[in-house]
Amino acid sequence: MKKSQLFFLLILASVLVFLPQISSEYVTDWLTKTMIFAIFALSLELLVGQTGLVCFGQSAFFGIGAYTAVLFSAKVDHTYLGYLLPLAIFAAALYALIVGALSLRTKGVYFIMVTLAFAQMAYYVIHDTPLGGGTDGIYLYSKPIIFGDLVLEGSICIYFFTAISLFLVLGFLGLLSSSRFGRALIGIKINELRMRAMGFETYWYKLAAFVISGAIAGIAGFLFAMKDGFVNPEILSWHVSGTVLMMIILGGLGHLRGAVIGAFTYALLEEIFRSEIIFGSFSKNWHLGLGLTLILSVALLPKGLFGMRDQLLRGLSLDLGNFKKPPKTKL
Amino acid sequence: MDFFTLLIQVLNAVQYGLLLFLVAAGLTLIFGMMGIINLAHGSFYMIGAYLSFGLAPIVGQTIGGGFLVTLVVGLIFAIFLGYLLEWLFYSYLYERDHLQQVLMTYGLILVFEEIRSLLLGDDVHSVAIPDWLSASIQLGDIMTYPTYRLFISGMCLLLAAAMLIVLTKTRLGMMIRAGSVNREMTQSLGVNIQFLYRLVFAAGVAIAAFAGMIAAPVTSVYPGMGQNILIICFVVVVIGGIGSIRGALIASLLIGFVDTFGKVLLPNVAGVLMYVLMATILLWKPSGLFKAGS
Repeated sequence: MKKSQLFFLLILASVLVFLPQISSEYVTDWLTKTMIFAIFALSLELLVGQTGLVCFGQSAFFGIGAYTAVLFSAKVDHTYLGYLLPLAIFAAALYALIVGALSLRTKGVYFIMVTLAFAQMAYYVIHDTPLGGGTDGIYLYSKPIIFGDLVLEGSICIYFFTAISLFLVLGFLGLLSSSRFGRALIGIKINELRMRAMGFETYWYKLAAFVISGAIAGIAGFLFAMKDGFVNPEILSWHVSGTVLMMIILGGLGHLRGAVIGAFTYALLEEIFRSEIIFGSFSKNWHLGLGLTLILSVALLPKGLFGMRDQLLRGLSLDLGNFKKPPKTKL
Repeated sequence: MDFFTLLIQVLNAVQYGLLLFLVAAGLTLIFGMMGIINLAHGSFYMIGAYLSFGLAPIVGQTIGGGFLVTLVVGLIFAIFLGYLLEWLFYSYLYERDHLQQVLMTYGLILVFEEIRSLLLGDDVHSVAIPDWLSASIQLGDIMTYPTYRLFISGMCLLLAAAMLIVLTKTRLGMMIRAGSVNREMTQSLGVNIQFLYRLVFAAGVAIAAFAGMIAAPVTSVYPGMGQNILIICFVVVVIGGIGSIRGALIASLLIGFVDTFGKVLLPNVAGVLMYVLMATILLWKPSGLFKAGS
C-alpha cells in the first residue's frame, strides 16, 4: 500500500469514528446515507473506472438488494443478518449476471443504453406489479439480528455497521485491483483488443467484474433498506444511476478513493446548496448551485477532484488544453 | 377495434413518432458529428415548450401576436441560444472524455430547470391551440380527430424532408457529412469546421425547441418534461444507429407505434415495452439498425 493510500484511509477512519461522538443525530444520519452512497459509487467505479464499462443501470442492483432485504425479512420475528445479507447480495448478483451476459455483447453508448433498458425493466416490474407494494413502496417491519441479542437498529448501530462495510468493500476492491484479475480489467479498459490478442477471454473478465459490481451495489441497497426501513420504486429509477455516475466522475475516475471523495463531495454540495442558513429562500433552487458547480468542475478539474492534487502541483492552470490528458474513456 | 379507432391510433402514433424524430435528429447529429453526448438536449425541448407558453403574451403585446409569429420568434431565440451555448460551453468539450461531457451537460440540465423554475414557476400550464387550428375532423359517426394534431404531423414531415434534403443534396450537407467523418481532413480542405459545428449545434437546438413549441398545446408544459423525452430520444438514437438520420426516423416511428399501441392494447406493460424493444434490437444488431454514414 502506498503512503498516500494509507493516509487517506487513516483520515477517513478517524473522521468516521469521531464525528458521531460529537455531532447530532442528523449528522450521523447524513453520514450513514453518504457512506451507503460511497459503497454504491465504489461498485460503479469498479465498472466505469477500472474496466471502462459505463453502466447506466446500476440502480437496478441497488434496488433489488434493497427490495430483497425487505421482502425476505420476517414480518414478526427478527431474521438473521447472516441469512438476509447474502440473500440480498445473491439476488443483485443474479440479476447482474443476466444483464451482464446479454449487454456485454454491445459496446460504448449502446452498452450504456442496454444497461439502462434492463434497469428500466426492473423499475417497471416493481413499479407496476403488487410484488413490492407498487408505487407506494413497502415497509421493513423488523430489523435483522447481527448475532446474539444485537439487532441492526438504531442510528449509531447502523452507522458503524455501514462504516465497517465501507472499509471492507474498499479493502476488497483494493485487493482486487492489485490482483491479476484487477490488472486484466485495467488492461481491458486501455486496450481490449490487445488483451484478447494476449489470450485473455475478455468477455468472462468483464462479466465477472459486472457480477461483482452488482453484488456490491446489492450490499449498498441492503444497507439503504436497513437505514430507512422503507423502500419505494424510485430507488430503481434512472435518476439514481445518473447521480452515482456523477459522483464518480466528480471524484475522478480510475481510483477507488476518487469514488469515495466524489460521493462525499456530491452529498456535501447538495447539503450546502440546500441549507437555508446560507442561501435563505434561494435554497429552494439548490439545483442551480449544484449544476453550476458541476459545470465549473468540468472546466477546471478534467481529472476530477482526485486529480486536483497533480493539478495543484502543476499550478492551477486555466488553460484547458495544456496539461497532460488523462486516458480517455472510450465509448 | 373498428376501422376509425385504428385510424386514430395510427395517426397518433405517427404524430408522436415524428415529434420524437425532431428531437432525436438533433441529438444524433450532434453525437455523430461532434462526438458529444448531450444530456441537455431534452432541456431544449422543454425550453421550446416554455417559449411557446411564455412568449405568446409578450409577442402579442409587442408585434400583434399570432401563433405563427410566436413560433418564428421562438425559433430565432432558440438559434441564438444554441449558437451561444456552443460557443460558451460545448466548444470546450470536443477534446474531452465522454464522461466529462456527461457531467457538464448534466449540470446544464439542472441549471436550465432551475432558471425555468425561477422565471416561470413550477406549475403545469396549458397552452391554447390557435383558433384556426382548433377544429376537428369528423371520422365516421361519432369519432373526431383534432386538426391541430394533423398540423403537428405536417410540420414535422416538412422539417424532416427539409433536413434530409439539406443533408444529402446540398453543399452544406456535404460539408456536414464530411465533417462528421473526418474533422481534420475537412478543415484542411478549407472548410471552417468550427463555424460548421456551431451551425449544426444551433440547428439541432432550434429543431428540438421547435418540437417543444408545437407540442406544447397538446402536452401542456410541466417541470421535468425535458428529461422524459431525453431518455426516449436516446432510445431512438441507439435503435436507429448513432449518427444516422434515416435510422432515427425509422426508430422514432417504431417507438411511436410501440408506445401508442402498447398503451391501447397492453396498458399494464406499456411503460416497459419500449425498453424491451430496444434491448431486443441491440442484442440482435449491436450497433443499431443503420450504421452511421449510410
